[in-house]
Amino acid sequence: MTTWPILSVTTFLPLVGALIVYLSRGDDEAARRNSRWIALWTTLITFAVSVILVMRFDASSADFQFVEKANWLATGITYHMGVDGISLPLVILTTAIMPFCIIASWKAITNRVREYMMAFLILETLMVGTFSALDLVLFYLFFEGGLIPMFLIIGVWGGPRRVYASFKFFLYTLLGSVLMLLAIMALYWNGGTTDIPTLMHTAVPRSLQTWAWLAFFASFAVKMPMWPVHTWLPDAHVEAPTAGSVVLAAIMLKMGGYGFLRFSLPMFPLASHDFAPLMFTLSTIAIIYTSLVALMQEDMKKLIAYSSVAHMGFVTMGIFAGTMQGVAGGVFQMISHGIVSGALFLCVGIVYDRMHTRDIAAYGGLVNRMPLYALTFMVFTMANVGLPGTSGFVGEFMTLLGTFKVSIPTAFFATFGVILSACYALWLYRKVVFGALVKPSLMSMKDLTFREGLTLFPLIALTILFGIYPKPVLDMSAASVQQLVNNYNTAVTAVKAAALLQ
Amino acid sequence: MSFETAGYQLAPVLPELVLAVGAMALLMLGAYRGQETTKTVTTLAVLLLIVVGVLEYMLPAGKHVTFGGSFIVDDFARFMKILALIGSAVTLVLSTEFLSDPSRRIFEYAILVLLSTLGMMVLISAGDLISLYLGLELMSLALYVVAASNRDNAKSTEAGLKYFVLGALSSGMLLYGSSLIYGFTGTVAFTGIAAAATISNVGLVFGLVFLLAGLCFKVSAVPFHMWTPDVYEGAPTPVTAFFASAPKVAALAVFTRVTLTAFPGIVSQWQQILVFVSIASMALGSFAAIGQSNIKRLMAYSSIGHMGFALVGLAAGTVEGAQGVLMYIVIYVAMTLGSFAIILAMKRNGQPVEQISDFAGLSRTNPLLAFMFAMLLFSLAGIPPLAGFFAKWYVFVAAIKANLFTLAVIGVLTSVVGAYYYLSIVKTMYFDEPAGQVDPVRVEVKTVLAVAGLFNILFALFAGPVVSVASAAAKSLF
Repeated sequence: MTTWPILSVTTFLPLVGALIVYLSRGDDEAARRNSRWIALWTTLITFAVSVILVMRFDASSADFQFVEKANWLATGITYHMGVDGISLPLVILTTAIMPFCIIASWKAITNRVREYMMAFLILETLMVGTFSALDLVLFYLFFEGGLIPMFLIIGVWGGPRRVYASFKFFLYTLLGSVLMLLAIMALYWNGGTTDIPTLMHTAVPRSLQTWAWLAFFASFAVKMPMWPVHTWLPDAHVEAPTAGSVVLAAIMLKMGGYGFLRFSLPMFPLASHDFAPLMFTLSTIAIIYTSLVALMQEDMKKLIAYSSVAHMGFVTMGIFAGTMQGVAGGVFQMISHGIVSGALFLCVGIVYDRMHTRDIAAYGGLVNRMPLYALTFMVFTMANVGLPGTSGFVGEFMTLLGTFKVSIPTAFFATFGVILSACYALWLYRKVVFGALVKPSLMSMKDLTFREGLTLFPLIALTILFGIYPKPVLDMSAASVQQLVNNYNTAVTAVKAAALLQ
Repeated sequence: MSFETAGYQLAPVLPELVLAVGAMALLMLGAYRGQETTKTVTTLAVLLLIVVGVLEYMLPAGKHVTFGGSFIVDDFARFMKILALIGSAVTLVLSTEFLSDPSRRIFEYAILVLLSTLGMMVLISAGDLISLYLGLELMSLALYVVAASNRDNAKSTEAGLKYFVLGALSSGMLLYGSSLIYGFTGTVAFTGIAAAATISNVGLVFGLVFLLAGLCFKVSAVPFHMWTPDVYEGAPTPVTAFFASAPKVAALAVFTRVTLTAFPGIVSQWQQILVFVSIASMALGSFAAIGQSNIKRLMAYSSIGHMGFALVGLAAGTVEGAQGVLMYIVIYVAMTLGSFAIILAMKRNGQPVEQISDFAGLSRTNPLLAFMFAMLLFSLAGIPPLAGFFAKWYVFVAAIKANLFTLAVIGVLTSVVGAYYYLSIVKTMYFDEPAGQVDPVRVEVKTVLAVAGLFNILFALFAGPVVSVASAAAKSLF
């Protein structure tokens, strides 16, 4: 049906855009404006192309679609791309969030604009590639490659402690990933190939499953991030420029969850089953502990960063429940969190651009000067809390429901997270938006500009739409999730039956 | 029976003959015409190296053994020789500026590089311990002189002397080991040793240890690495670039050939030595580099670490391992030559600058140079999608297949430590305030940098053919 490699075009179009930005020489105001516009148009066109993916996607099939295969390295390592119901939503999330990042950086970034735009475009290629690669080596290439532009984005355009944050981000993530690399090699010798669909149907010996699971866990747990390896995230978020935080929270964190879904569960079902209690424990700790930590924060971005860790806890909990509701809820929660946390960071960025501080204590009573901003911020705060009617509710509810069937204590404790998230999110909102407008520096604050509204209103629409009508996302992923859960349960039951017979 | 039919054909050594005769001819030219010919001699030397490379490439395919088994030309030898020739030719090109200074017009420089390269080619093709030693000494003697070629500079002289004394010591160890091996096996030919060394006895293992110690010195692997930082720092930068590329290729090639073809019967004996040496090299290369402030010293520690990584492949002792070594060395040479091209390009007011702090803010003063260097550094750290990642992939994948899990885990962990100091340079270039303008870059340095940089960035696109060539070359050893 498709005559052109639509997935590769989606992936590499931003790279072409980066090249065009590079070729537009000059450092005057006109050149800066040019690179902004080129970047915006590239991300918009990429998004448009990715919409074609959605239109042509057959949601009733659990197979990989838009598959492209070409020779790359000899002996079982190929250039293999394709998406299924789990990766397509994440691809769309990536292409959809990127234009907002570019618009959000329009005025905030004034030095080295050309390099900034190139870094973001290259990052987009690597992120889309991560979600659509169907070969482990290719996946690793995209997955790790993303570190380079993100390192530069935090380090060059970041805040005062940018050097510390960027090094911590880079080395932490790299440390986790190199262990995964060794596991990829072991899988390569076990299956004779690094082709992901083939490996999904290759039996992996139990001992290798355990070690490989742990190695993949090392990488994805850092990326996700899970407690106790989450400490790089608050630093990276606080120091990164607004758009960098948005990309980190909305997309890069999802690579961890995607990795668990794509590799851990299908390739090492037995190890996943063995380690599920560990994952439940870590997820519950993450949900409760980081929520408590979030309560104590004085920096807006740090608060949202900790709340991200807590929300990702719901994702890992749902995924490792191994039930239909849990996994589907995990996928939905990733998309929802991508929209909501991205939007929250944009909200913080808007007041930061005006006041150049993220101190919660520096704000108060913004509703008097910025009613529109107050409204927007409220919608996303409510979505963060998980209020019914917003997309945040659907994900949390489904993951809790899915986990309840498997582990009641986990679901019980995780539910406290919902209450705690209400505490910190509402506290933040009250401190920043409500109260009397007494601080003189806030007297001249202006409400949302047209450009800022442009970045936030579409996200409001999506948050509420998916809150009331989550069907589009759930339908898209249903077949793939069903197949994943079935295979997982079959493998686990088979082993249990065998154990009983002995 | 003529000389030719008795296993002493001259055709396989044609490239070496051309190189030897060519080097002599250029020496005559220089000797009779004086130091004004430096430029001509250097240019002709580069051309000669290219011609020899083409001849090597055009040799009939397959394995040729001549001089009664002392000289072997197979796919492996061809691969390594062409790489060493490229390394030598590129460093000669990079030396143009160094040689253009009136006080340093020394035509012998190019001749010495040619002779050293000749030694490398003999070394790579060595089929017994005698030709191994012959090649090694020809290569090293020329290198000692080249290291001290900046005659009026105390550091350069010191580097040459240090290299000579320690090199002589290592040659002694190598000879001692060779004599023990000869004593216990009764032959110097690799094939003969392989046939005799099926069970390990103490004397043979002693000989093996000394032989490997001598070879470790040449590839600058821990614990025989002490000369590297001093020589790298003291020698003129083009010479350092030369030391870091072509001789490493030759030494690693002979290392691979000796272990795999002469001692396949006692793999477990040399495997433990190699595992230790590579772990020690990787660890020292990563940790010791952190404290360095001179970029050339840092590159020395970096190359120690990289040799450790390359030896990981060899420690596996399999075809995949040999292929890993080949992939590693190709990519290593490209990364190293690119990095040294950048170090050579770094000049302020005509004076070379070598401190890492001098790179501060390079991304503003010369964005392209900074970008290329950043990519090379990320590649040296092994970050995909750059070439360095593929180098690490192929050596570690071999180690995993050979069940050397501890080695692999330690290896990747040290690579994370190594990433720290490469990142520090990127940080200096990108996050810090500029330290002043740099001079315009000379055209030959630019060319080398462009080729090495593009190879490094775009390697993922043409990795397939390189892998198959390396695979064929590795198979020819078994």
